[in-house]
Amino acid sequence: MARRRKGIPEINAASMADIAFMLLIFFLVTTTMSVDKGITRKLPPPVPPDAEAPKVKERNVLTVLVNKDNQVAAKGELTDIDALTQMVKDFIVNPNDDPNLSEHEFISDLLEKEMKKPNPDKKKIETYKRILDEIGNVPKSKGVVSLQTDRATKYEVYIQVQDAIVKAFNELRDDLAKQAYGKPYNDLKEDQQKLIREVYPVSLSEAEPRRVKTK
Amino acid sequence: MAVIGKKKERSTPAISTASLPDIIFILLFFFMVSTTIKEVDYKVIIRLPEATQVKKLENKSLVSYIYIGPPQKALQERYGTKPVIQLNDQIASLSQIPQYVELERAQRPQADVPKMTFSLKVDKETDMGIVTDVKQELRKVQALKINYSARKPYTK
Repeated sequence: MARRRKGIPEINAASMADIAFMLLIFFLVTTTMSVDKGITRKLPPPVPPDAEAPKVKERNVLTVLVNKDNQVAAKGELTDIDALTQMVKDFIVNPNDDPNLSEHEFISDLLEKEMKKPNPDKKKIETYKRILDEIGNVPKSKGVVSLQTDRATKYEVYIQVQDAIVKAFNELRDDLAKQAYGKPYNDLKEDQQKLIREVYPVSLSEAEPRRVKTK
Repeated sequence: MAVIGKKKERSTPAISTASLPDIIFILLFFFMVSTTIKEVDYKVIIRLPEATQVKKLENKSLVSYIYIGPPQKALQERYGTKPVIQLNDQIASLSQIPQYVELERAQRPQADVPKMTFSLKVDKETDMGIVTDVKQELRKVQALKINYSARKPYTK
C-alpha cells in the first residue's frame, strides 16, 4: 500500500484554469448582457362590433394625431413632440378649470358615488379612503388622451409620441408623490404607488381610437 | 544593503496558481447567473427605437417576443424588403399569431398566464400599419399586456 500511494502522482491542476476559461468564454459569447426594456402598455379588451362606443365629452379627449408624413397634431393643431408632454400635463391637471381642458372629480365625490352604487366595489372604496387619508382630497381628471396614427406612420415617431405622453403621466405622478410622501414615485412602496396610480392612471386610448365618440 | 537584496531575491517564492481556477469559476458563475441565452436567431433586422420612459421587463420567463422588421439581407430574395413578422425562429404571417399565443400560453403554468407579457420588438423604420394589425390580433386572443421594446438614449 505504502508503495502504491507513493506511486500515484499528484494530478496537475494547472489546466483547470484553462478549462474554466473556455467555459467562461463560451458563456460570454452566447449570452447577451442587455436587459429588455420598453414601454409597457395594456391593450383594451376586444369589444363586440355592435357594442356602443363609450361616450366621452369632447373637452375630456385630447386627440393626438400622427399622419403619414410623421407630423404630430394635438387638438387639431400641429405641434412638435417636445411640446406634447407639457400639453398633456396641462390637459390633465387643468389648474384654472379651463373649459377646453379636462374635467375633474374629487376623490371624496368618487367615494360617495361608489358607496351609492347598488353593489359597491369594496376594493375601490378602500383605495379611495386610503387616498383621502394619505394624499388628501385631490382632483382626479376625467381626461383621456387618444392617440391616432396613420398606417404609414413610422414606428419610431409613434414610440416618441408614446414616450412623450407617458412622460407627462410619470412627471405628474412624481409631483404628487413628492407632495404626499416627500419621495419620488419610484422610491415609494408598492401600495403607495398604487394610490398614486389611482389618481393619475395612464389614460391613453390607442387601439381603436375611432371608437371614442364625442358627445 | 547588497547582501540583503541578494537574500531577498533568492527567497521570493513562486506565486501559487492553485486558486486561479476558483477565481475563474466565480467569474463564470457570475456570468451564468447575470446573463440570458439569446432567445432566437433574428431573421429580421431590428433597430430598436429610443425612449426615455422605459422600464425593465420583470420576470423574463413570462415574456414572449414578437419581432417585426425587414428581413435580413440573405432572406430578402425570398421575403422581399417589406417588414415581416417573426415568431420563434421563423418568419410568420399575421394569421399565425393567435396560434403562437396559444402555444406560448401552453408552455407556462396556468396561474401565470394572465401575467404574461408580449414584447414587441419592432424596427424603428417600420410602418404602423403592420404593428396595428398585430395589436388587433393580440387583442382578439386576450393577450393584452404588451411591451414596446425600446432602449434608452445614450445621452442623458
